[in-house]
Amino acid sequence: MADESTADGTEDTAMAQQQTTAAPGEPAAGPRGRRLGQGPGRLLLWFYGVFTVAALSRSIVQISTKFSDAPLAYVLSLAAGVVYAVITVALWRGGDQARRIALVSCSAELIGVIAVGVLTVADSSAFPDATVWSDFGVGYVFLPLILPVMGLLWLREAGRPERGTQESAAPRP
Amino acid sequence: MLDAVTLTVTVTALLLAVWCAYAAYRDEPTNDWHFIGMAVVALAALVQLAVGLVQLGQGDRPDHGVATFVGYLIGAACTIPLAALMSLTERSRWGSAVVAAGGVILAVLELRLHEIWGAGNG
Repeated sequence: MADESTADGTEDTAMAQQQTTAAPGEPAAGPRGRRLGQGPGRLLLWFYGVFTVAALSRSIVQISTKFSDAPLAYVLSLAAGVVYAVITVALWRGGDQARRIALVSCSAELIGVIAVGVLTVADSSAFPDATVWSDFGVGYVFLPLILPVMGLLWLREAGRPERGTQESAAPRP
Repeated sequence: MLDAVTLTVTVTALLLAVWCAYAAYRDEPTNDWHFIGMAVVALAALVQLAVGLVQLGQGDRPDHGVATFVGYLIGAACTIPLAALMSLTERSRWGSAVVAAGGVILAVLELRLHEIWGAGNG
């Protein structure tokens, strides 16, 4: 759980930065990318942060204590954790580049969840030990499947020009 | 002792989750009362961390490993303070939703903590 404390620290400083840059109050005029981790994006950021800690700490414990049991599953958990970490950082940094990185990562995540889900349902021997993505993430109430879909929808929404969404965009929660 | 604290944290976390979910439903950000609620739950999780460590010190051993147990204890203690921080910087219904999600996540962590500690221990 050493990674948790570092995550805390960096998050604190990032919050502080975000607050200082947001201080000269610009509701809609600011760089649109900063919206990534705000509004609905804030909830996504929270879930991705929690999943980063969960997947990374789980895979680190598994790899360091019983790697030979199921090397593929544990490496996959680690990869999932890294993808979650990248999306978390991208959401909280904001900006166009971060949005593109998050789009690619969310797509990779979605493909990973579906691929691993199909594999584990079709042939359970391929993964002797469970990962976050096994059986479409059933052990995590399907959040691993729901998160990338919500993430992609949100990233598309956040990429639209400011305030141009009223007439055309489909309303989303 | 640990079981009683775990139950307390679970119930208060779920109450906090419902309360903040209601605020999110009403399109309201978290207010001072919500933060007092978060402080209560966070305090309960801190007490749990202390009780867990004391029990370890007295020689009790969790069924599924000391490292995992301590990891979950620390994770549980950090969940609500982090959610509170994210809610503090998101003054909209989504800030309330973050705390609601945090309460549910904490309840899940408590369930896992209970399994890791095992039935054989007090």
